[in-house]
Amino acid sequence: MNEHASANKLTANDFATDQEVRWCPGCGDYAVLKAVRTVLADIGARRENTVFVSGIGCSSRFPYYIDTYGFHTIHGRAPAVATGMLLANPDLDVWIITGDGDGLSIGGNHLLHILRRNLNCQILLFNNETYGLTKGQFSPTSHLATRTPSSPGGSIDNPVDPSRFALGCGARFVARGVDTQIKQLVEVLKAAHRHQGAAFVEIFQNCIVFNEDVFEGFTAKANVAQRQLQAEHGKPLTFGADGTHALAFDPQSLGLKTVDVSDGAQPLIHDATNHNLASALARMENPDFPMATGVLYDNPGPVYRSSTADQDAAGAPRKLKDVMRAGLSWHVGETPE
Amino acid sequence: MGPHIKQAAVQERKTAETVVVRFAGDSGDGIQVIGSQLGLASAMSDNDLGTFPEYPSEVRAPVGTTYGVSAFQVHFGGRPIKTIGDEADMLVALNPAALKTNLDMLKKGGLVLIDAGSFTQRNFDKAGYAASPLEDGTLDDYQLMAPDISKLTMESVAEIGLNKKASLRCKNFWALGLVYWMYGRDRQPTIDWLDNKFAKLPDVAAANVAALNAGHAYGETVEAAGYDVARIDMEPGPYSFVTGYEALAWGLAAAAELSDRKLVFASYPITPASPVLHTLARLSDIGVTTFQAEDEIAAICAAIGVSFAGGLGVTSSSGPGISLKQEAMGLAVSAELPLIIVNTQRAGPSTGMPTKTEQSDLNQALYGRHGESPVPVLAAGSPAECFEMAIEAARIALTYMTPVILLSDGFVANASSPWALPDLDALPRISVQNHKDADDFNPYRRDPETLARSWAVPGTPGCEHRIGGIEKDFASGHISYEPENHQKMTDVRADKVAGIAKTIPPIAVDQGDANGDLLLVGWGSTYGPISRAVGNMRARGCRVSHLHVRHIKPFAPNQNELLDGFKQVLVPEMNSGQLVNLLRVEGCAHAEGLSKMTGRPFQVSEIEDAILARVETSNE
Ligand code: SF4
Repeated sequence: MNEHASANKLTANDFATDQEVRWCPGCGDYAVLKAVRTVLADIGARRENTVFVSGIGCSSRFPYYIDTYGFHTIHGRAPAVATGMLLANPDLDVWIITGDGDGLSIGGNHLLHILRRNLNCQILLFNNETYGLTKGQFSPTSHLATRTPSSPGGSIDNPVDPSRFALGCGARFVARGVDTQIKQLVEVLKAAHRHQGAAFVEIFQNCIVFNEDVFEGFTAKANVAQRQLQAEHGKPLTFGADGTHALAFDPQSLGLKTVDVSDGAQPLIHDATNHNLASALARMENPDFPMATGVLYDNPGPVYRSSTADQDAAGAPRKLKDVMRAGLSWHVGETPE
Repeated sequence: MGPHIKQAAVQERKTAETVVVRFAGDSGDGIQVIGSQLGLASAMSDNDLGTFPEYPSEVRAPVGTTYGVSAFQVHFGGRPIKTIGDEADMLVALNPAALKTNLDMLKKGGLVLIDAGSFTQRNFDKAGYAASPLEDGTLDDYQLMAPDISKLTMESVAEIGLNKKASLRCKNFWALGLVYWMYGRDRQPTIDWLDNKFAKLPDVAAANVAALNAGHAYGETVEAAGYDVARIDMEPGPYSFVTGYEALAWGLAAAAELSDRKLVFASYPITPASPVLHTLARLSDIGVTTFQAEDEIAAICAAIGVSFAGGLGVTSSSGPGISLKQEAMGLAVSAELPLIIVNTQRAGPSTGMPTKTEQSDLNQALYGRHGESPVPVLAAGSPAECFEMAIEAARIALTYMTPVILLSDGFVANASSPWALPDLDALPRISVQNHKDADDFNPYRRDPETLARSWAVPGTPGCEHRIGGIEKDFASGHISYEPENHQKMTDVRADKVAGIAKTIPPIAVDQGDANGDLLLVGWGSTYGPISRAVGNMRARGCRVSHLHVRHIKPFAPNQNELLDGFKQVLVPEMNSGQLVNLLRVEGCAHAEGLSKMTGRPFQVSEIEDAILARVETSNE
């Protein structure tokens, strides 16, 4: 549908479509869109081989704005549709775009199963703790007592944490990014793409209309240093201005504790292949701990292969004809040959 | 007893054109195995036949209970067999519970063979018999054979040295041997099957063969009634004794070959649809991919994803599962992607009677979606039709870029009959090409003839596009909320499906004249009983014809014209009148329904009675 630049090396802009972007001005989705286009250019993505699949919700409009193949499906079902695409053609580079309502409420079941099966794809969950498209009801990630049109007295449902959910489902790659931290987000998305298997990325995305600044506690410029820990594999898990604070193992709680590096405490080094550590990082919450972002877990495991993947190995191939003549079959009259 | 054998063999055998034998026993008695062996042996004795299994609804019911009874009916003979038989001529009941639950299927005066060894007080109690049914008059209207099959089986296999339990397990083959003697079946195909099946357990094979032979010899010894069953000339060629679900699975695999596409079958377990999944799961070596999804919705969505990526996406379920797939069908209608949805119908609503048959999901197939979302509907009523209509579903789905619903049912799926295997190389190819030309590509540009949109698949450079469930602009394929455009798109989706009729061959009556007093119209698994009833009544001089409908949406182009040629139109259906209502809406105002919803197929006699109530026989 678009004119394509003929040059081999595509730029971020080459992944833009002719469709007008329809998110509210100031929505965090714009920044994520920009980051994704940058990543596609940087990884040398082939347009024809790339598919963006989404469900329903504000973020699920995403495929219309990326000039690759795209499928805007139905509420919650993008992981199932993506699974079919990969069964038909395992060579496709599939990106699933979902949100907290789409991916964890109506589509929670599919998210669970695509993660445990470990299909080779990237899953970007835009978490804004609200149903934007339907005008601001509380979502499964909304914190307790969130006041919305459907919870005028404050929500009474305990929220689910997307990253902890993913780890519990057996995801082999779990990361967090923030819409306003483009540099980190680009690196996280590239790592997700490098990972063989299902790579889950939770993106804290600001819905300025219905849930403005809900993540400000750890994403506002003034708070990032103190209230956020940006994990990087092989590097010390430090936070605070100039890395004054760090995480350390707490034998008493069998978990993490924060320590003051200036007191001479040894910071833990991030090992993204350690599931226990990833779980502990995902469990940290303000104000007692910093919120962990970056790649929390990256430990590739066997990737889902369809039942036909081994067919060539099985010696002389049968034909359907042979199948139909096996079993309870016979020949009336003279047998040919 | 030896000396008597020669003497008994001279007893005269009666003749029979067709015979119905019903086996019943505990679910551990191997009833299904001997039922299908009688089927195979009959096919090899130049008989046509039909069979139907009835499984207990519990997975492992306690031994001896009525709800643990498994049954298998075989109808064989020397004329085309179209049903499993209204009533059995012979009932083999291996325990009291089997007798209790199956005696009503035996015709008055029919023969009951029981295992006297299992007719004990303990088993009477379990079956709910207050007294022995052998002595309380229960069997007064029937002939009874009551050998101690358990004891005779033990004796016949004693030499082989299996333990008691394994020896006793051969009693089904002892009973089968006696049935073979009575109806003149050749034992060799069954002996070969046993030797092959138990190749690694030669003692078990030998014991079952010994029991089979002993049962056969017993028939000779006691001068059991013997029958010469008429034979039929079958067309030369290869045959298979298949169920509807096998033929349907093979039809899907054939469709993939004919269209040169990868078949991906995505399904979630449900009775009675799962056997299609099981059959295809064993075909990975011929390129079939199966995917057991996490739920019904995921199954259809995965199939849609397959089609988006250029494969042949198929999903399958039964009524309740189809309900869950309805939202996604709307997506396939809107995105205009090929998709096959197979519904093996069962008795509903809700869990209903999962193992019993019904045709009550026709309205669901026709109308069970949101918005205006026309979907072609096909139906299959026999293994051959399952195969053919699976291919037809693929042809329509791929040619017209549309989801297609194929209706089967619990009876079609599980009944088996001999099927002349088609020559796969002679079948017409489904040559639908993907769009590859990047110049001015638009995914919603339509073929002027079929109205199908252009189908470009990921991997094709220059044809990248975005589609979804939002309404598309007729001209550009981009998102559109324009009022006039929605009208236009609604119309074109309906016209596309209606236009399929142009490629459906004209429909003709299956039996009888092309006009007359009475036409019976059926679809799916009512084919057998309607066909037999119409045949019987025509032999008695009735002016009655039979029309069997396979294309339900759209109908064959000439169907209305044909219906107009009859004074009366009667539509027997295992629902409360779903096809008949559609016929009326489509212009056949005089169509009349004949409903049955017991979970069991129509009996021939029920349809004969309905015919008799409407037309006269010339020779009565
Ligand atoms: S409603 Fe919120 S999430 Fe949706 S587009 Fe507007 S700002 Fe973004």
